[in-house]
Amino acid sequence: MAVPILKQSHTLIASIQAALSDRDLLQLRDDLADLVGRHRARGVIVDVTALDVLDSFATRTLRGIAYTTKLRGAETVIVGIQPEVALAMVQLGLTLEGVPTALDLEEGLAFLDGRAETADDE
Amino acid sequence: MSDLHVGTAVRVRIQSSADIVTARQEGRSMAATLGFTNTTLTIIATAISEVARNIVEYAKEGEISIAPVGNGIVRGLQIVARDQGPGIVDLDTAMRDGFSTSKSLGMGLPGAKRLMDQFEISSAIGEGTTVKMTKWIG
Repeated sequence: MAVPILKQSHTLIASIQAALSDRDLLQLRDDLADLVGRHRARGVIVDVTALDVLDSFATRTLRGIAYTTKLRGAETVIVGIQPEVALAMVQLGLTLEGVPTALDLEEGLAFLDGRAETADDE
Repeated sequence: MSDLHVGTAVRVRIQSSADIVTARQEGRSMAATLGFTNTTLTIIATAISEVARNIVEYAKEGEISIAPVGNGIVRGLQIVARDQGPGIVDLDTAMRDGFSTSKSLGMGLPGAKRLMDQFEISSAIGEGTTVKMTKWIG
């Protein structure tokens, strides 16, 4: 299942709608790496609210998305990790080291706005 | 005392990454009917995901069977992941955190073990690998 990716000003929003296979996740990573350039995006939000499992592969792929888009000049924020999912990740020893997270889409957008303002001030 | 199946097992053929999703959804739905908490449903689904991926990555195909079990005192959910793949040469090393010969970065089997209450693995070179893991209610 393809993940719909919306563009809102300089931000791409990937809103995951249902469970994703490993292949779908890799497709999302590749699509975002490409779309960041095409839309000149500075921020990416990956909304995982609909995911009931974030296992080792999914976690590693989300880190991959964040690092890849960073190399393309856009900051990625992962939003919407559910409480049960967070608990299972901790028990499994999974982290999103170095990848910003936010509670939901609204907080994710606020985080990226804050980053943009800081960048403009410099 | 051995664990007895107290309900019908659901079997999921594992051949692709889409089957990993099917297996964890079947596991979650059976666990839900048994009365596990929401957090435990997610833990079970995550453990199934890890062992199912192990099949796809190392053995290419296999089967996951999910069944309600009981030992007379407690009830739970048992998951058996079986493949006829190459087998694991050094089980101790494979069960160590951070070890992997493939791309899973070694979280898979030791991770699943941490998530479940009981975890047994047996493997024979050239014959395959079987993982049996159980989560008890409460």
